[in-house]
Order: sequence, then C-alpha cells, then structure tokens
Amino acid sequence: MAQLVSQRSIDFMGKRQLALVLSAILAVMSLGSLIVQGLSLGLDFTGGTLVEVGYPASVDLAEVRNQLAEAGYEDAAVQHFGTTQDILIRVPPDPDLSSAALSDNILQALSAGAGAEPELRRVEFVGPQVGKELTEKGGLALLFALFGILIYIAWRFEYRFALGAIAALVHDVIITLGFFSLTRLEFDLTVLAALLAVIGYSLNDTIVVYDRIRENFRRLRRGEPAEIINTSITQTLSRTLLTSGTTLLVLISLAVLGGEIIRNFAIALIFGVVVGTYSSIYVASAFLLLFKVKREDLLLPEKEVADAERL
Amino acid sequence: MQNRFPLWKNVLIIVVLGIGLFYALPNLFGEDPAVQVSPQRGALLDKSLEIKVKNTLDEAGLTSKRMGAREGNFLIRFNTAEAQLQAADLLREKLGDDYVVALNLAPATPRWLQSIGARPMYLGLDLRGGVHFLLQIDMEAAIDQAVERYVGDFRTTLREAKIRYLAIDRDGQAIRIRLKNASDLAQAESLLEDEFRQLVLSPDEAALILEARLSEKEQREIKSFALKQNLTTLRNRVNELGVAEPVIQQQGEDRIVVQLPGVQDTTRAKEILGATATLEFRLVDTEHDVGSALETGVPMGAKIYRDRSGKPVLLKRQVIVTGDQITDASSGLDQQSGTPAVFVTLDSVGASKMSDVTRENVGKPMAVVFIENQIVTKTVDGQTVEERKRVEEVINIATIRGRFSKRFQITGLDNTEEARNLALLLRAGALAAPMDIVEERTVGPSLGQENIERGFLSVIVGFVVVLIFTAWYYKVFGLVADLALTLNLIMLVALLSLLQATLTLPGIAGIVLTVGMAVDANVLIFERIKEELLNGNSPQASIYSGYEKAFATIFDANVTTLIAALVLFSFGTGPVKGFAVTLSLGIMTSMFTAILVTRMLINWIYGNRRVARLAV
Repeated sequence: MAQLVSQRSIDFMGKRQLALVLSAILAVMSLGSLIVQGLSLGLDFTGGTLVEVGYPASVDLAEVRNQLAEAGYEDAAVQHFGTTQDILIRVPPDPDLSSAALSDNILQALSAGAGAEPELRRVEFVGPQVGKELTEKGGLALLFALFGILIYIAWRFEYRFALGAIAALVHDVIITLGFFSLTRLEFDLTVLAALLAVIGYSLNDTIVVYDRIRENFRRLRRGEPAEIINTSITQTLSRTLLTSGTTLLVLISLAVLGGEIIRNFAIALIFGVVVGTYSSIYVASAFLLLFKVKREDLLLPEKEVADAERL
Repeated sequence: MQNRFPLWKNVLIIVVLGIGLFYALPNLFGEDPAVQVSPQRGALLDKSLEIKVKNTLDEAGLTSKRMGAREGNFLIRFNTAEAQLQAADLLREKLGDDYVVALNLAPATPRWLQSIGARPMYLGLDLRGGVHFLLQIDMEAAIDQAVERYVGDFRTTLREAKIRYLAIDRDGQAIRIRLKNASDLAQAESLLEDEFRQLVLSPDEAALILEARLSEKEQREIKSFALKQNLTTLRNRVNELGVAEPVIQQQGEDRIVVQLPGVQDTTRAKEILGATATLEFRLVDTEHDVGSALETGVPMGAKIYRDRSGKPVLLKRQVIVTGDQITDASSGLDQQSGTPAVFVTLDSVGASKMSDVTRENVGKPMAVVFIENQIVTKTVDGQTVEERKRVEEVINIATIRGRFSKRFQITGLDNTEEARNLALLLRAGALAAPMDIVEERTVGPSLGQENIERGFLSVIVGFVVVLIFTAWYYKVFGLVADLALTLNLIMLVALLSLLQATLTLPGIAGIVLTVGMAVDANVLIFERIKEELLNGNSPQASIYSGYEKAFATIFDANVTTLIAALVLFSFGTGPVKGFAVTLSLGIMTSMFTAILVTRMLINWIYGNRRVARLAV
C-alpha cells in the first residue's frame, strides 16, 4: 500500500461535491428523524423504573404481562433481554408513587405469581428530575467539549482548521444520533458516553489528516490547495484505515462478547468510528477548501521550531 | 545517525515500567472471603476482641486464614465462603450489640505489596453487585424547621424580657410579631437584634409589626448544616446495617450518594436510610383539662397530641430533650414489668436539662413523643401534590419518680421488634431534613459476576486480535508495538489501582477503546518510517525522522482527545465518568508506551549497528 501511496495521490477532493451531497442527505435525514420521532431515550433521561429479572427456565412474556397488569401495571413494557430466560420490565415514571417503592411493588408482583421464582438481576429507578438534569448536563458537556477543542485547534493550527474540525464533529454527532433515532435503539447514558468517545476518535483522525495538510502546505512549494489536500489524505490513508481497522476489531469483540448492557454502546461506537473515518477524509478537508485555506495562512510560527528542537 | 537513548532515559523508562508492574500486581491475587467486625459505640478494638474471636472460631472448629485489625475494623479471612458464612453467624451471636459483623471480600494482596500502598482496582457496583442510592435533601423543609425554631425562641426571649406581644405568626419564611405599641416595637427590635444577629429585621411602625427573615448567609449555613448532619446520620445508619466498605458521599449542594456493595435487601436498606424518626420528651400539661381544651381551644403553651389508641393528651409545648441529644440507645426488657424497653443515654446538655426538669417535676407525668416524617402524595384537581406529613404520637407517659440522669429507659412499646428498630433509629441520630430517593440502582451479584466475565473476555479477545494483526502487518516493529501495547494495559491497570478509581462496565469499555486506539501512535510512527524509507533514506535516518515527525501529530491528536475526556470527567456522572477516567488515563499511558518504550526497544534492536533493511 505504501508504494502506491507515495507514487501518486488519489483525487479525493475531486469528488468532494458528491461527498458533501451525501453528507447533506444523511444529515437532513438524521435531523428529520430526530425532529419527527426523536430519540428513544433510556431510563437515565426519562426517569422511571427498570427491572431485569432472570428465570431458571424460559418464560412467557404474556404471563409476566398478566402478573404485572394484576398488580396495576398495565402500561409496563416487557421484553426478553438477550435470552428467553431474562426479561426486562420498564415502567414509566409514576406520579402517584414518587419514591422507589415502585421497584419493590414490581418485584413483589413477579414473585407473587405462580411458577418459578425470578432472580433479581438489576433494578434501576431514576426520578424525573434527575433525568432532566442529565439531559441538560449532557448537552452542556458536549458544548464545552466542542468549545475547548475549537480553541486548542485554532491555537495549534489556524481558525479555519478549527471550524473544519468542528464541522466534521457536528456532522458525526448528528449522523450518529440520527442512526439511533432511525433504528429506535435505546439511547442511554452509556450511549452518550460512546457518542463522546466518537467525538474523541473522529477528532483524532481529523487532526492526523490536518497535521499532514499543514506540513505539506509548508513543504511543497507548488500545487493548488486541493492537490495538496489530496496528497496529504493519500499519505495518511493507510494509517487511517489501519487504526480504524484495529479499533473496529476490538469494538466488534465488545459488541459480540461484552453482554447485553454494553451492546448499544459498542454499536454506537462502531457506527461512529465508520462515520468519523469518512468525515475526517471528506468533511473536515472539504471544509478547508470551502473556507478557502491558503499557504500563506500557515506560515511557520516560532513555537513549531521550538517543538522540533525539544525532541 | 545514531539511534540511542542516553542512559538516564533508559533507566527512567525502566523504573517507571517497574513501578507500574508492582502496582498492577495486586490485581492478580484475587480476594479472600472475610468477616469484618467493626466496634460500635465506644467498644474497643483490642486484644480481648481477638481472643474472643479466636475462641469462638476454635470452638466451632473453623480455621481462619489470617486475622488482624485494619482501618478501625477487625478482619478475619477464610479459605471458603462456607466458613465465612458460618463464622459470621457465630460471631454475630457471640459479640452482641457492641460490634457489627459484616461479610466482606478482602483483597488477598501479600503484605509486602500492601506496605507500598499497592491495592487492586476498586470495582464499581455494576461489577460486584449491590445498591446505589441518590438521595435528595429537602432544603425547603430544613429552612422551615429553622424558622419554626425561631418562632419558639422569640416567644421565650420576649417573655423573659417581659415585652408583651399580641401574636407571633409565620408567613412562609417570614416571622411577624404583632406588638401593642411603638415603644414595645422598638424594645423588641433592639432585643432581637442583639440576640439574633443572623436575622434581618424590618419593623413596620404604622402597623406595629416586626418582621424577621433569615439572612442569605444564615440560609446557606442551614443548608450546609443539613447536608453535613444528614451525611453523618447516614454514615451511622449504614454502619448499623453492617455493610462492608460502603460509600457515602456528598454530590452537589443537596444530594448524597450511598453505595452499599453486596446488599440485596433494598427494602430494608431504604427503610433505614430514609426514616426520619426521632423522639421528644415533653411534660404533660396537668393544669388544664384535655376535654375542655378540645372544646374551647388549646391553652397557651400547650398542644394536643394523641397516643396510640387515638386518645388525646395535652402536652406542654416546651420540649425537654430532642432526639439529637441522644447519644446511645439499646433495646431490652424492663426488669420490673418484663415488657420491651429502650435504654437511652443523653449527651451532657440533654442530661442537664433532663435532670433539671425532672427534679422540679417529681410526681408529675412526662410523655415520650415519637415523630416520623412521611411523604404522602395526593391528587388535587388532577395535579399530583407531594405532601410531607408529620406523624406525632405519644408512645409512653410515665410519672417522674425521681431525678433522671444521663441514662434512663422508655417503655410502652408494642413488641421487641419495635423496641429494636426505635433503638437503632435513635442511635443513628436524626436527619436534619427529610430526604427523597431520586435514583436507585441495584445490580444482582450474578449479573455483576457476568458483567466482569464478559467485560474481561471482550478486552482479552479484542486485545489478542489486535496483537496478532499488528505483529503480522509490521513484523519486528509490530512485535515491539505489541510489547508496548501489553505494557500499556499493565500501566493503565496500575494507574487505576493506584488512584483507586472505580472500575465500572463503561470503564471496561473505555479500556477496550483505548486498546484499539493505542495502536494509533505506533501506526503513525511506523507509517512515517516506511515513507522515509521509500524516500530513499537510510534505515537509521528513517527511524529517527519517523519518530520525530510523528510526534507532533500524536501530541496534537491526543491532547484534543484528552480535552474531550476531561470535559466528560468534570460534567459526567456514573457511567460517563467511569468511561472518562479510563479514557484519559489510557491516553496518557499509551503516549508513554507507544512513543518512549517502543523507541527504547527499537534503539536496542537497531540502534548501534549497521542495518541494511528494517522489518517494518
């Protein structure tokens, strides 16, 4: 691969219109789905009670629903979780029972029923207030993270690079969120953590490409910006694919072996890594051209020389 | 071109790796099933306890692996969980009320490692099972109680200074004193100003009303006091539950996190944590008649209570002693009547008040009032209203036969179970303000075990796949990167153990992601070296400039990721925080191993000789 790369560069930027259209379509679809049906928010955000129980043998969902309905929980969502022996019960926040007594009631309703006694695997109760705070805090954390990154890149590179990196990040976040909205996969705190990891990962990729662009702008005396960007992406392509590859390998191992609770987290990351890899090549760089980046913007500051000497 | 590190750099890297290995080591030794004995209420942790424990175990034929004092507890380790359970039951019986006996898993770290502070990673509740509660303190109630206290204090102060007032009313957080004339108003103002500096007084001369409010500072102090008091009380109560290694921490300004590893009985835990029961001792108003008070109104300084059967009792408003002046309480049987009783010990302030009042009132009746705060939800006009109900009940009226001292007993309880619960609550102290459970998470032990097994399995499988791939793709350099990757994982475990950061399931996911991404730095370096070779540079020069050129990229990429991780850490809670911890630590350890450690190894392999070609 290395031989091919150094000989000539692939014309990534020539197809940037196509990529931008593709990104725009994906973003619009994601935003549309987010607006129309929103995210299928998990307990962490909505509040409510979740009970996971394990039975010694396969259990019939209808029976469990009956038991719950008898105890007054007609609106409880009951589903198998991983195996037919494990079930997950979800009850929306109950205005009449604000305390965690709800989870006790559900457990009692299940144990009271005839047949095998279920084993408690997990109970989660989250008050509506906590959920609301989390949503606010999560959004705020995202904004602060973006802002911090913006400042750092503007300082180390140039403001156009910061804008491009942020554009790529926002792109990734929107499309990953859209993926969760479209597939109706549950969005909980762990998925939020995954989303933030996607930011970290996509950023990593973008910076590596940018770093090479900056270097090539300074080193290569000739060439249009688009050509230089093509060369840079081509030079870093094998690295980009290798790193994404190894990361995906471990993420797949996590999705397959990590268990039910961590699965959505792994799916979010797998999707995010793929989108992040794509966006670091197309979105981040295409935006540089859109912002009309020039060689003169990247004159070597003193600091770089100092950095080089420190090694 | 020479590729070698100066000696000090090699030594430094090796020393750091060595330290890391030592601190990661405790995780290999696993845990012993153990019984933890913690002394309560001044009981001693001394030789006699050790002898007692030894004798008890010897009699039952149980062999312990090791025993000794540790952080204020006495810990007995066993070889099997069976022996542990038997021993716990026996010890509970033998040691009685003075000690709390709890089951524990003690790290089996050898002594020499413990002596350098090496401990295994601390596992989160999702990995070992247990309950997590987030409790919210009702600060408004705390302020309300304070205002209520001031109303009482005003009455006493004004009466003692012989300033006559028409009425003292509460309007929300404001207290209004209505006075007869302007001179009384002025007197009251100057008196209260001296006595209660923490209040803001605003007199209304036209209406002859003196209004008092809590100052901002006072409100803040009340809140912070309520938080501290509740934290202390919760600690006491959790100790009574006999949970090994509980976590009780403040979160934000009005929340407390309680984590009880290994606890399954959440109902009991909730009862104990959330109860706000306390006692008050009041004199019975013998000058007035209950019947007429019910018909014509309650006389000044008195209040109607009801006893268990619902019969009204007229008690004096003035409280002799409240629950927070109780330092100890235990349950037992009254020697004379044989009925259940609670034996109470008071602090010095409470004791002197109690002894003054009982001396002056020999022959008169005194009542014990049981107070419990409950939360009741009602639906009013389709809206749910949460109401706090204060249940006050006279549990016992006894004639004062003589002067009470520091210690006395309460009788009149229904059964021994009730006596035990009351004693427990009194011992654990009163909550300064009521609390609600706003979040509860319970993870069963089997799920915890499963989470650990699956988490570690996915780390190992992912890790091995990456190792094989890297070695295949980069050959000698790949093997070097693999060694660095392994060291990276060890260093990460060492840091997590050293910092005693809590490892959670998302934390494991963070490690997995770190493993995937940690290769990145080496990929960047090795791809650079390949490029340099292709550009016709010598192997030595290619290694040199490959590392040099990749460094700036690695640095920028990692710092930006680190910024994101740190933001997550400061904003996140629960899983987000656990993830941020492993991610940010992982970035730091991978920078160290991928850049410095691999360079050292590459230098050793290729550095000091003529190399025709590199296996990269």
